[in-house]
Amino acid sequence: MTHPFRHAAIVGVFNTTQARALPGHDSLSIAIEGALGALADAGLETTDVDAVIGERSGELTYELRLGPCRRSINGLGIPAVLEAASLIATGQSQVVLVVGGSAGVYTERASTAPWTRPTNEFVVGYGMFTAVEFALMAKRHMLQFGTTPEQLATVAATIRNNGHANPEAVYFGRGPYEPEDILASRLISEPFHLLDCSTTSEGGCGLVLTTADRAADLPRAPAWILGGGSDAYGPAYQHAPIWDFMGQGGQDIPAGYVGRRAARAAFSTAGLRPDDVDVCEFYDPFSFEIIRQFEAFGFCPDGDGGPFVMDGSIGPGGKFPVTTDGGTMSFAHPGNSTQMLQRVIRGVQQVRGTSASAQVPAAEVAMCSNAGSGALFNDVLLVGSGRP
Amino acid sequence: MTVLRPQPPGTPAPVPSIFSAPYWEGCAQGELRFLRCAVCHLALADAPRICWRCHSRVLNWEVSEGRGRLYSWTIVWRPQTPEFEVPYAVAIVDLAEGCSIISAVIGCTPEDLVEGMELAVEFHPNSDHLSLPYFRPVGAA
Repeated sequence: MTHPFRHAAIVGVFNTTQARALPGHDSLSIAIEGALGALADAGLETTDVDAVIGERSGELTYELRLGPCRRSINGLGIPAVLEAASLIATGQSQVVLVVGGSAGVYTERASTAPWTRPTNEFVVGYGMFTAVEFALMAKRHMLQFGTTPEQLATVAATIRNNGHANPEAVYFGRGPYEPEDILASRLISEPFHLLDCSTTSEGGCGLVLTTADRAADLPRAPAWILGGGSDAYGPAYQHAPIWDFMGQGGQDIPAGYVGRRAARAAFSTAGLRPDDVDVCEFYDPFSFEIIRQFEAFGFCPDGDGGPFVMDGSIGPGGKFPVTTDGGTMSFAHPGNSTQMLQRVIRGVQQVRGTSASAQVPAAEVAMCSNAGSGALFNDVLLVGSGRP
Repeated sequence: MTVLRPQPPGTPAPVPSIFSAPYWEGCAQGELRFLRCAVCHLALADAPRICWRCHSRVLNWEVSEGRGRLYSWTIVWRPQTPEFEVPYAVAIVDLAEGCSIISAVIGCTPEDLVEGMELAVEFHPNSDHLSLPYFRPVGAA
């Protein structure tokens, strides 16, 4: 059978400058920079674009006079890329621009970032924010399997050291870190210390897909979508994040292992197994989520994620290097969704061999992910250097 | 020694829906209410519109006995907004009736919290007209 995404090629990726704050920008202006940068990387013009996907796709379409073109307000990273690939695969679009950007949103620093605070009536009175939601999941894993703060800290130190070495990261040069440094930082929501948590920052990014035929005439070697999947159990941050929560999806997977069904689908489409993955560009909102995703995605048995991250395999030169740009902890976390698309961008850079740091030699398959257990959704994408 | 306490009035307030209003009226009267499906008798948290199991729209309010067990928790040291006093212990409580809710544990120290410990509900004002359910370990003063 022909692979469903055989004719959809990722031909351009771009990150703008990423910083704690980008004075003079708002979310739309930095998204425009992300869009134009991605088109330039692809060797394409605004006149080539016939679809835009992103939170601000309408404004972008207007500001850049892209019309008439398709717009979609899907701002969720991997699902947006899968939508773009589907548009190409079904012949509905020829050049799709996926764009993210956020600036000037988090200004009142006495509170946690606005996108982290739920407003649902059943949770709002208890002072919850994303760290709390993910901590309630992490705590269950610790109770059930004996996962330790040191294992969490090892993940955080590994990812923050990747950011320390990445000249494009917001926290470039801020390390290096040992696990003890993570454990010595102040507590936010136990078991998470400050350095177990993602940062907040500002920036934009973009990604361009086109047909394989068109890609053949473009300067960059394309990256290919080998498989993908998307799982949710409900809206994020509105209900209790219960590890054992079950839906009726029929696969006997608790909410704690959200993403498992998506990963199985992605590997099945790709004809690959976890062992075939060269680099794990996993989403890292909190250190524990890396441990959980190695289990959810089938890299190790349930409950073994803690020991799995302790043997050196997730660091540079290991079998499964993780979140190599520094991720949301150190590279960037612009607003509520831009950072999700940045996981895909990093995966593309890895399989193209164009990473600014921590390039995995001859990486052919990257597994990217978005979100996680505390958010009740988790998406995965397998990108590769070889056409499927 | 840090004893966990309810938040003072003035923290962000719940906005009831037309489906959840009886829940908040119950809290104001010192009752922890939940919905039970009239057809399959499933206990349901968070004032849903429908019984997910049998799709009955006939759901009746009942009063919980107010007992539950601690399923998961986190001690929070960075307040969501400056109105919150730290530390506070956000918790998931498994109610005896079979559904689970988000709340906070009070009346003990963070170190006292143990998986499965028995908890009892009590109510503290969040504003002039709304109260929030909190849980205290059974036997704690």
